[in-house]
Amino acid sequence: MAEQPSTARKRPEKFPTPAKMTVTLQVNGVERKLTVAPWTTLLDALRLHLDLTGTKKGCDHGQCGACTVLVDGRRINACLTLAVMKEGAQVTTIEGLAQAGKLHPLQQAFIDHDAFQCGYCTPGQICSAVGLIAEGRARTADEIRELMSGNICRCGAYPNIVAAIEEMMSGKAAAKTREAGR
Amino acid sequence: MNNFEYARASDVADAVRRIAADPAAKFIAGGTNLIDLMKENVARPSRLIDITRLPLDKVEETRDGGLRIGALVPNSDLAYHPRIEARYPLLGSAILAGASQQLRNMASTGGNLLQRTRCMYFYDTTTPCNKREPGSGCSAIGGINRNHAILGTSEHCIATHPSDMCVALAALDARVLATGRSGERSIAFADFHRLPGDTPQIDSNLRADEIITAIELPPQGFAKNYSYLKIRDRLSYAFALVSIAVGLEVEGGTIKAARLALGGVAHKPWRDREAEAQLDGAPATAESFQRAAATVLRDARGFGHNDFKIELARRGIVRALAQAARGTPQSQADKRIR
Repeated sequence: MAEQPSTARKRPEKFPTPAKMTVTLQVNGVERKLTVAPWTTLLDALRLHLDLTGTKKGCDHGQCGACTVLVDGRRINACLTLAVMKEGAQVTTIEGLAQAGKLHPLQQAFIDHDAFQCGYCTPGQICSAVGLIAEGRARTADEIRELMSGNICRCGAYPNIVAAIEEMMSGKAAAKTREAGR
Repeated sequence: MNNFEYARASDVADAVRRIAADPAAKFIAGGTNLIDLMKENVARPSRLIDITRLPLDKVEETRDGGLRIGALVPNSDLAYHPRIEARYPLLGSAILAGASQQLRNMASTGGNLLQRTRCMYFYDTTTPCNKREPGSGCSAIGGINRNHAILGTSEHCIATHPSDMCVALAALDARVLATGRSGERSIAFADFHRLPGDTPQIDSNLRADEIITAIELPPQGFAKNYSYLKIRDRLSYAFALVSIAVGLEVEGGTIKAARLALGGVAHKPWRDREAEAQLDGAPATAESFQRAAATVLRDARGFGHNDFKIELARRGIVRALAQAARGTPQSQADKRIR
């Protein structure tokens, strides 16, 4: 930035330095107690305080969806909420989807359908799609595309992402995972 | 983001007490716009008062046969609420035309009303902006103003209100319930948001010590003949260039009652009572729709890059009225405009 905003020059503002706060979250089924500043986003709490770096920071402004996680079963942008606001919440990240060493069927479907190239958006895509399926509002490919529009993939893997989600919704992905014993 | 203190409001009275005690404090609910503005240093609250645990999350019938929507009902829950789907599909359609499902899961009903413009100069703290810093000037007038207003502008501000939900609420004649130190009051939706005039820094007529507690819908939901048509640069997850909310009562090819509100064209959802009066009693034909569109846009003015919005709005109004009249509302999944 070439110069300071003029507001900062005219009216030097003083902000308090509040004490850090404790917050307890159920992250991927495990109770985690954290001590964070009030302005710590849920995304930064997950990545920096809990070392759960599967959730990605893309734009940090709610425009790309890379930070999508499930809070109390609903998909949200972790970059636009504060950790202290989520006291007592159940948070599921990409690290929490596989069970007992077995990939979540949607993770397997993403692999089977080649639903990514660089992979940066993938944790957000998968968490978002888990939320989408739980919502039960998408029935057609058009509806999947519309309800997944909060997740950007700059590699352009969209057709394969839709195919992976369609397979999951049809129940075939779960059956495949069971058969393969994965 | 600047440092701030954080506190949770225990009830509505406590929320009002806390906001009244600190003029630099802000309420936070969904946070989808506020936290973004804080990251950009546009909003710099000293204190955030978390209202998410207040009991304002119900959708209830009112005595007059309408619906009361708690201020904390998430946008997605509201759009999919059985009573909204059955009786106010215009509102559900408008909500689903906005943002992404993640954001709709977070965003609250009350917060949607209070979101701020997405004018890029408002967001860019290195440029003058009368809304961000009163008296500094408007960078959009004479700047890049493709997304800006064509109706109700002033020499101080040509920003638009970004909400889709509010366009439907304006068309439905909703009312906003607010509680402050002097008690509860009900504000007609048309009187809630403001035109920029010479105080573009003030978006709404909500007082500094007031909290929105609910939105009330009257019984008439125009569930049979409605459409929300949103025209934008991408087919999803983009703000409107122009959007049109229409609700009609049609009987034997004649319009008995008409509601028409526009988004993306003004500092507030744009209603034009004169155009609606012209439609009342008129045949549901292209000629009637053209005449109403001409009335809505009689004082429209472009600022260079956004001149196209005048013709786009004209065509959009005609199309949305036709969709509503024949009972084939715009789908928010299949994007083809018919």
